[in-house]
Amino acid sequence: MAEFTLPKNSKVQKGKTFPATGAANAKTFSIYRWDPDTGENPRMDHFEIDLDKCGPMVLDALVKIKNEVDTTLTFRRSCREGICGSCAMNIDGTNTLACLKPIADVKGDIRINPLPHMPVVKDLVPDLSHAYAQYRSIEPWLQSDTPAPPDGERRQSKEERAKMDGMWECILCFCCTTSCPSYWWNSDRYLGPATLLAAYRWIADSRDERTGERLDALQDPFKLYRCHTIMNCTQTCPKGLNPAKAIGEIKTLMLERQG
Amino acid sequence: MTDVREAQFVGRTTDGRTVRRPLSPHLQIYKPQITSALSIFHRVTGCALSAGTLLLVWWLVAAATSDHAFASVSAVVHTWVGHLVLFGWTAALWYHFCAGIRHLVWDAGYGFELPQVHASGRLVLIATAVLTVLTWFVGLVIV
Repeated sequence: MAEFTLPKNSKVQKGKTFPATGAANAKTFSIYRWDPDTGENPRMDHFEIDLDKCGPMVLDALVKIKNEVDTTLTFRRSCREGICGSCAMNIDGTNTLACLKPIADVKGDIRINPLPHMPVVKDLVPDLSHAYAQYRSIEPWLQSDTPAPPDGERRQSKEERAKMDGMWECILCFCCTTSCPSYWWNSDRYLGPATLLAAYRWIADSRDERTGERLDALQDPFKLYRCHTIMNCTQTCPKGLNPAKAIGEIKTLMLERQG
Repeated sequence: MTDVREAQFVGRTTDGRTVRRPLSPHLQIYKPQITSALSIFHRVTGCALSAGTLLLVWWLVAAATSDHAFASVSAVVHTWVGHLVLFGWTAALWYHFCAGIRHLVWDAGYGFELPQVHASGRLVLIATAVLTVLTWFVGLVIV
């Protein structure tokens, strides 16, 4: 159900300020903090960073803060080049990858929050286990009764292969899923854009022979049809993919097979 | 029924005690998007139309009842508040109509690319303004 306000234990309090002394080119990063050990509510801490001594991306600033100012700052990161999906977070009000977001893109203070409407493990780290379980539920692997040819791989025409462009590139960062108001209110049963994009990736794969069963599994008032074409998913995808279009394709297939 | 997401809100402190995890901020911090704004406006105008249609029914029932009843309802409608409500109702009607067509186009499988989404959103807003003004021009000046 839709609850528009935050629960009592989740209301964000004022936090500490860490000034940058003697910095000519300072910028303030306001960062969501929550520590399970203190028993306190989340707070916003403000870190002033000298941009003359910092890399160009938001992730560079986060790493600099962790290295030089507050070692307890907690966030996920790995590849620092937009291919692992770990550093997904809400920067300046929209979801994106910290490693692909230039600091210069944001005027004024940069506000950083965890991915929206998720349980927080610590600071900028959300618990994604429910989203991962939903991804698992669509059986994201090739399923086929026909054995592969003995002399090599399963073949596709260029056209068949091209149908999967714009879907195989998804890195499962869940920026889209956590930007979707319908997912905020209905994620107990609605699968969300990232998982549905993955579902269509296998439905559209010419080598997969479970298309009917995959559509059956989505024939449900919530799993698929809580998508109301709000389009926040496509608007926010840091990889420039189009989950809303993939969901639209699934809905079209659902109609077509009804005849 | 317990929400399946409940389990994810149970965290652990460093020394192993359970602790209630916070829910990360959502509406409070998400920057307003033209995509979701037009979407929620579609729903809001739909609700407004339901309420506005009751007023219309009231008018029609009055017209069917007697001259006297119709005159008393007309007196309410022809105040500036009545006109404002009616103006809002026609604007809501045209917005819901245009945005509804936009949704039909999406349901037919077209118009999902971001530039198309932004263009169709603007088109709906412009069409709403034009059609609403046109309706009132026809209603007040021509008829």
